[in-house]
Amino acid sequence: MINVQDLRITFGKNTPNENKALQGVNLSVAEGEFVTVIGSNGAGKSTFMNCLTGELIADSGAITIDGKDVSRWKAARRSSLVSRVFQDPLAGTCEALTIEENLSLAHSRGQKRGFGLAINNTKRELFRERLSRLRLGLEDRLADKMGLLSGGQRQAVSLIMATLQPTKCLLLDEHTAALDPRMQAFVLELTNDIVKETGITTLMITHSMGQALQFGTRTVMLHEGQVVLDVSGEERSSMTIHDLVDMFGRVRGEELDSDSLLLG
Amino acid sequence: MNLISFMGAIELGLIYGLIALAVFLSFRILDFPDLTIDGSFPLGAAVCATMIVSGCNPVLATVIAFFAGGMAGLVTAFLNLRFKILNLLASILTMIALYSINLRIMGRPNVPIITEETILTSFEGQGLPGYYLKPIIAAIIVFIVAIIVARFLNSDYGLAMRSTGANQKMARAQGIDTNKTTYIGMALSNALVGLAGALFAQMNGFADITIGTGTIVIGLAALIAGEAIFSTRGMLMAVLACIFGSIVYRIAIGLALNADSIGLEPSDLNLVTALLVTIALILPGAKNPLKKLMKRGH
Repeated sequence: MINVQDLRITFGKNTPNENKALQGVNLSVAEGEFVTVIGSNGAGKSTFMNCLTGELIADSGAITIDGKDVSRWKAARRSSLVSRVFQDPLAGTCEALTIEENLSLAHSRGQKRGFGLAINNTKRELFRERLSRLRLGLEDRLADKMGLLSGGQRQAVSLIMATLQPTKCLLLDEHTAALDPRMQAFVLELTNDIVKETGITTLMITHSMGQALQFGTRTVMLHEGQVVLDVSGEERSSMTIHDLVDMFGRVRGEELDSDSLLLG
Repeated sequence: MNLISFMGAIELGLIYGLIALAVFLSFRILDFPDLTIDGSFPLGAAVCATMIVSGCNPVLATVIAFFAGGMAGLVTAFLNLRFKILNLLASILTMIALYSINLRIMGRPNVPIITEETILTSFEGQGLPGYYLKPIIAAIIVFIVAIIVARFLNSDYGLAMRSTGANQKMARAQGIDTNKTTYIGMALSNALVGLAGALFAQMNGFADITIGTGTIVIGLAALIAGEAIFSTRGMLMAVLACIFGSIVYRIAIGLALNADSIGLEPSDLNLVTALLVTIALILPGAKNPLKKLMKRGH
């Protein structure tokens, strides 16, 4: 479903601040897989995600989604294939618009936007039905401004928006990082349910080793712009958080070693 | 303030209501501070008056003025989106260029059309005095335009445009080409100003190179007045608030200029407007106290 080959991107090329954010990422994700992505700060997780959605265009390498080479496609064009939920609850929804207007925007994703009314009763019925599964009472607040909702509520609505239209893959960029623990658990459960129901190919970036193993079918670790660990199936299910933290430390340790070798 | 000057204030308020609407589209909907308006208002007047003088049908001349304004908006959007020139600066560049272009179009600083056939001509001579006829014609045109704009903003495409100004990143993630919505929004905004210029020229019987000065500030003042006095929940209400805000503003100015005790002269208009807008901008939550006052009355 998603095929990434030798993806490279450098920020501030030929300046003192040059940052090789991605240094040849290779990843192939099959249809229906739920991949969790971990890595330390600056490992390139968010850059990788932005390359997939088209917010950033990579310097070199190829991205294929659903058999289409989308490497040069801009974000708006890719939105027919990928939908995403941002880390920042304020980024994924429009606070100045009402809940139903936000949902209507998502409802038209990948469709032609014409001059028909953005909100009508048929759409309202659909939005109400989709929101009712959250059991947050939002289905009765369709005309409320998005800005009145809490961060957790907005992330939950973002998830509903991301899956309102059939889409090829779902990208979640630490979408629970800014939430309190109770809301975090709620949004993660919701994510898991939606992914299971729809069987949608999913990539979820997370900072939590626990989440990385608990959810999904495969775990990938990024480090210094490369995939350094890729576990699934038997190996993954027998893994504990401890094992993962160990491997995490070893990857970083080895880097240290090789650095000290060079310096020595 | 006598009846004639009162009706004159309503007529001007209606015409500048279109400008308030344009300011609403650029400043509020697209979050694009656009000063092109100071150039596209006289552009609309210049195009319309020049065409009428050369014998063109006044309705056609008005429509062409509408599109001429739209072109000016496209130029500003192009400078900003294509060359990444700061939006404010891009609009100033277009505005200053339009000054020369307007002079070229008219061939002189002032084109009188008082004796020519305008959109008013066919309604005249039916017993209704001009000071009633003009605001009625203006009201019909302005409200039809306002309703069309409100309906557009409530459409799928209009909603996409609103999200462009509110949250670009989110808009792109929903598959919205934010460049395209900005082009169309800027064109529409300045087309409304062009239309206002054409109406202004025909109602007043002339086009003049200086009529554009300060248009943007008057538009902002009308927008602020409208948002302060009227509830802006929903697009139709927000659009109508622009128009009524403009009328209220004009009547208030008219009253102030007519009150001998204050000692204001018509030439003080721009100073008063600038002061009003400044106060509205620097007062914290300036629009809220007024809103509360209005609500308590109900």
